[in-house]
Amino acid sequence: MSDQARIERTGPGPGTLGLKKPWRFAAPSVLPGFSLTFGYTLAYLGLIVLFPLSVLVWRASSLGFGGLYAIATEPRVAAGLRTTFSISFAAAAIDVVFGLIVAWVLTRYEFPGRRLLDAVVDLPFALPTAVAGISLASLYAPNGLFGGPLALLDVKVAFTRLGILVALIFVGLPFIVRTVQPIIGELEVELEEASATLGATRAQTVWRVLLPPLAPALLTGFALAFARAVGEYGSVIFIAGNIAYVSEIAPLLIVVKLEQYDYAGATGIATIMLAISFGALLAINLIQAWSRRRFGHV
Amino acid sequence: MSETTAPRAGAHRNVRTEAPLTRLALILVAVAFLALFLLAPLGVVFAQALQKGFGAFAGALQEPDAVAAIELTLLVAAIAVPVNLLFGLAASWSIAKFSFPGKSLLITLIDLPFSVSPVVSGLVYVLVFGAQGVFGDWLAARDLEIIFAVPGIVLATIFVTFPFIARELIPLMQEQGTVEEEAALTLGASGFQTFVAVTLPNIKWGLLYGVLLCNARAMGEFGAVSVVSGHIRGLTNTIPLQVEILYNEYNSVAAFALAALLASLALVTLALKTFLEWRHGDALKGHARRRH
Amino acid sequence: MNGATETLSRDTLAAATDSAHGFGIRIEGVEQDFGSYPALRDVSLDIAPGELVALLGPSGSGKTTLLRVIAGLNTPDRGAVYFGDDNATDLSVQERRVGFVFQNYALFKHMTVADNIAFGLKARPRASRPSRVAIYQRVTELLELVQLEGLGERYPAQLSGGQRQRVALARALAIEPRVLLLDEPFGALDARVRKDLRRWLREIHKKTGLTTVFVTHDQDEAMELADRVVVLNQGRIEQVGAPGELYDHPASPFVISFVGEAVALPVTVTNGHVTFGGRELHVDTHGLRDGAARVFFRPADIAIGGQGEGDLEGRVESLRRTAGGVRATIAIDGYDQKLEIDSALSSGAKLGGKIPLSFSNARIFPSDPISDSDFSEAGDGI
Repeated sequence: MSDQARIERTGPGPGTLGLKKPWRFAAPSVLPGFSLTFGYTLAYLGLIVLFPLSVLVWRASSLGFGGLYAIATEPRVAAGLRTTFSISFAAAAIDVVFGLIVAWVLTRYEFPGRRLLDAVVDLPFALPTAVAGISLASLYAPNGLFGGPLALLDVKVAFTRLGILVALIFVGLPFIVRTVQPIIGELEVELEEASATLGATRAQTVWRVLLPPLAPALLTGFALAFARAVGEYGSVIFIAGNIAYVSEIAPLLIVVKLEQYDYAGATGIATIMLAISFGALLAINLIQAWSRRRFGHV
Repeated sequence: MSETTAPRAGAHRNVRTEAPLTRLALILVAVAFLALFLLAPLGVVFAQALQKGFGAFAGALQEPDAVAAIELTLLVAAIAVPVNLLFGLAASWSIAKFSFPGKSLLITLIDLPFSVSPVVSGLVYVLVFGAQGVFGDWLAARDLEIIFAVPGIVLATIFVTFPFIARELIPLMQEQGTVEEEAALTLGASGFQTFVAVTLPNIKWGLLYGVLLCNARAMGEFGAVSVVSGHIRGLTNTIPLQVEILYNEYNSVAAFALAALLASLALVTLALKTFLEWRHGDALKGHARRRH
Repeated sequence: MNGATETLSRDTLAAATDSAHGFGIRIEGVEQDFGSYPALRDVSLDIAPGELVALLGPSGSGKTTLLRVIAGLNTPDRGAVYFGDDNATDLSVQERRVGFVFQNYALFKHMTVADNIAFGLKARPRASRPSRVAIYQRVTELLELVQLEGLGERYPAQLSGGQRQRVALARALAIEPRVLLLDEPFGALDARVRKDLRRWLREIHKKTGLTTVFVTHDQDEAMELADRVVVLNQGRIEQVGAPGELYDHPASPFVISFVGEAVALPVTVTNGHVTFGGRELHVDTHGLRDGAARVFFRPADIAIGGQGEGDLEGRVESLRRTAGGVRATIAIDGYDQKLEIDSALSSGAKLGGKIPLSFSNARIFPSDPISDSDFSEAGDGI
């Protein structure tokens, strides 16, 4: 038989030189160890993270929306949630303003001690929350280094909502600074020069040309700081006062419920907090996708 | 373009920066903010710890409860860090060196513990192993204690520090690709030899960095551990929990002494991190975005 | 360009140039050092109103620095810049009203094309700011001038490189600049787009009549576009002239080798006689002093055989058939570079054989260590 005919006879079918390939999960590779490492990864991830979280979700779903709503509207819980979200929002907003200034100064100016200051920005990341908590409480207590002078001005920080604000400002700052710093560093020099040749003053250049590209990064930083602040525990509970209905944060309420063996209540609050965190993360991803599409880069 | 290097400092019509007075004002604002909100709390820790002199400081650290807390913290870290290190290596190897669907989903899942509040992290383990939890009856029947005992603390700590090493290594290894490993294999090395002789040296700085962060967080975790611990003195208190107890008892020297220990660890971590980024910045490349 | 667009463009020409036409640029004694590195050394230049001038040179020659000095982006250590009769040396960048087009466009990525173009007009203080309607009209006219009608609401990220460059130009023209400055405007584009845009820039220049200065390291671009070319090397002006003049009457070794190719034979001058490798060359020394010198001629002016200004003997190292004849690679004793010469089949060149060469249109310059090193760097330039 001619070669031509032989070729025409082959086609998809069992055991032929056909066109169908068996489906494989991972692309074939000469490197060994995929099944081992991937399997271990999935097992470990499932055991440590996914299983416990799914238990939470399961218990939350057994509460149903009705149950969650009932928990959320209990007066003490509602007050705690309001406190947490409103103060976290305010703290993140303040962090955006000052974080932008800090990031700008650290990236664009040279001055003695700049490197040291740059390292210090990471302190809230590195310092254990309990340590931050007691030192903030001590600092702003009525007889503290800052609390004393502030008391003379009739301003109470420790054991009030103001204290919570201060602690959450501390906690959220690095998120803004570290997110926006690289973007500032990448601002093209020519943009400023172009703006000047077109007749814009320095103030106009900063406001119209340099700051707008930073907006997506600032929003991302805000969302990160907000999400972190909502869940913050150790840095806050010492300075907060923890007075029911006034200065209780949501995480503390979870602990309170657990101590009362009210697992359902604790689960409910935790679910609401998780929903907010995931919402913030989703917002971040959407912001970045939109910004990439519109402007070609983050 | 060497022709467009910045004009010398002092060129009064430089269009690339603000007026000197504005610059000074901004620098002062930034420095003041950082000093007020970040440096002051740090200073207070050491000031309070040493307020009654170094003797009192050292003595506080030698109290039996303090010693127990230190030992427990070290134990917990000694378990959590290696275990997460193993996971980090396995995860980054499978993600970076192979191609399969669902990678970004996997990475998002690995990042989950970051997005979860510490208290919620502890809560989920109570829901699993606590008295009313999924395994509550099963454990009680066998007289096994996880919650309100050391195993619970270890588990909660593992959960909270879970992503640290993986998320340092994954982008790093992805950036390095598979070329060197493939070359080693063609030269006859086994998979394990390749990993040890080729992969590990390439990632050593990222690995160190991840381990540092993981360790710092493992030793300093408060919220999650507080929920699962039961606060039993001498038995289930880590350093952060002991700090809380001492502080609530108004024993500020002792509380701050232990806090100073943790703060020193934080400073060492920061210093090493700065050093690593300065010296081996390119070896840590591959960080698209870092959230701690 | 069809008739309808032609009419619009005339209006646009009027709009873009009402007060802009007719500013010459005078540069006097400009010097700039970056630390100890001299970027510009005593540069003086006169540009007539409406001229299209190219600043040509290798990297490090100071051409971009000079452009930026004109714009005010760099402040020279010494010297002055005049626009027409106005001394602009002490004016800030904003006050100079120059249109500057950057190599990488520097478009504001977060603004639409229309907002980019309108930026300079909107940035004016309230007193001199045109109305919203006027600004909108102006933007539309400019979009038509640069042939980007209808793309006003797009973002830069959605445009091609050539389109972005045109937006950058429109943006610079919007402020009715006194002069138009372009820094390697087509450097970031690929070859075909570059060719189209070169032609298009010449058309725009004709329409607007603005004094235009552009920087390039590509001599083809300079020759094709410019009325006059300024050749710069290591911060100094080597020669200023129309393209033809540079080719035919180069003023220095650098210009000869940078603009077009050249052979440089090391020779000795003795009493008006030029010798190379023991032979005498019939090159007019124009009273050059005795000593070492270099004789320059273009490969195109070399012929095989014959009697010209100079007679050389070369050795054929390789021979290749071409469409019209042969291409020979020839080595000459005493000269370290090989010559590539095209000639007819009948020239008698044989592989490995010796061959007589003659050249014409030679120029002779004295050798000295400094300019020799200039020359050898320039030889690698382009």
